[in-house]
Amino acid sequence: MVAGALAIAALIAPASFNVQKGEPYECGIPTRGTSWMQFKVGYYLYAILFLMFDVEAVFLFPWAVIVKSLGVVGLINVLFFAFILILGLAYAWKKGALEWK
Amino acid sequence: MFDFKVLTQWIDQSLRALNLPDFGVLVIELVLVGIALLAAYAILAIILIWFERKICAWFQCRLGPNRVGIFGLLQTFADTIKILLKELIPINNNDKILFYLAPFIVILSSMLSFGALPFGKGLQAIDFNIGIFYMMAVSSLGVLGVLLAGWSSNNKFSMIGAMRSGAQMVSYELSVGLSLLTMVIFAGSMQLSQIVNQQADLWFIFKGHVPALIAFLVYLIAGHAETSRGPFDLPEAESELTAGYHTEYSGIQFGFYYLAEYLNMFIIAAIATTVFLGGWQPLHIPGLDGFNHVMDYIPTPVWFLGKAFFCIFLSLWVRWTFPRLRIDQLLHLEWKYLLPLNLLNILFMALIVIFKWHF
Repeated sequence: MVAGALAIAALIAPASFNVQKGEPYECGIPTRGTSWMQFKVGYYLYAILFLMFDVEAVFLFPWAVIVKSLGVVGLINVLFFAFILILGLAYAWKKGALEWK
Repeated sequence: MFDFKVLTQWIDQSLRALNLPDFGVLVIELVLVGIALLAAYAILAIILIWFERKICAWFQCRLGPNRVGIFGLLQTFADTIKILLKELIPINNNDKILFYLAPFIVILSSMLSFGALPFGKGLQAIDFNIGIFYMMAVSSLGVLGVLLAGWSSNNKFSMIGAMRSGAQMVSYELSVGLSLLTMVIFAGSMQLSQIVNQQADLWFIFKGHVPALIAFLVYLIAGHAETSRGPFDLPEAESELTAGYHTEYSGIQFGFYYLAEYLNMFIIAAIATTVFLGGWQPLHIPGLDGFNHVMDYIPTPVWFLGKAFFCIFLSLWVRWTFPRLRIDQLLHLEWKYLLPLNLLNILFMALIVIFKWHF
């Protein structure tokens, strides 16, 4: 569908060439430097935290399906597992990884 | 309740009656389902865009689109034709392959999750036994497309938008996953059809006590943020970043992002409907048999779409009411409020399920 629409657009859309048109949009000011540059580390911290919790969520899903048959023992085990992860979150929180500086 | 299995089985049998090989029947059926889904996808997108513009106009005391067709219903068709007629502007110094690949990924992720939704009784293209898990996995692919778009267009606005959306979508993905996990604990199954069937007598939002209600609210907030709309539209904040990650896209390429955004909104609403509001199940109140029988006469897709549109309406309400958040406020909301709340909620739900504090 996407390819079809692109093909239609390429066929029927007008095309004109202009050197200025290809410039990256920056409110009319000529572009300075490249935009592939170093970026704020805060974004990566969130990504790493996400990785940790997402893996946790993935492990919790199988437990969630059979929580009735596992009963209290399963719950305690999962709590133990989650406790370690929450400790990680608490550490990151304490260290200020969740602050945006 | 009309079971759409009657229809699908009739198509299957009449195809088999033509003495085709099994493989041929399978291919024809797959093509039919694909065409139906594509048509539904396109029509829904057009209706949603019109719906949003009308609702937005209503909130702002305007009329909204009202010139093209009755109530402006054909406005979106006209817009689609216009966007197809626009030039695709080639950009200097960008990463060509990734630049053209990114819209495909965004559309693909919404299309994949769209295919597995249960639209009505017997009206589900594919019923995985890990349905909810599949939904989450597939819808989180969309963030890749957004990141690629921002990165490959060699534009600072796009880059900032992409990094923001990376942090935001990924964070809220977590809350979406954990609030759905709460309901998986309650339902004891990840299969969408089973989850819907369990809600035949009463929807989960009423059945699941307080944790289900909390999970529903958290899911709505997080899902709203994950589609990056409304007060959470930082990746494409037009007053700060012109258009965020799709600044450099023009014509139909931009149209794909637009399409995917609306369909993602629908998918989030549809999952909320399926998991919390009973999917295509009519509203049943235990004890009121007459009322329940009357409700059964409304077709199941109407119920499904009605509930989904109700969720979308809530999302639009939020979008056109609140001002935009800052990125730090946004991430604080997720990591310091929603995530701990969600973890507590899961524990609470597990306790209810294990010790059977039902009534």
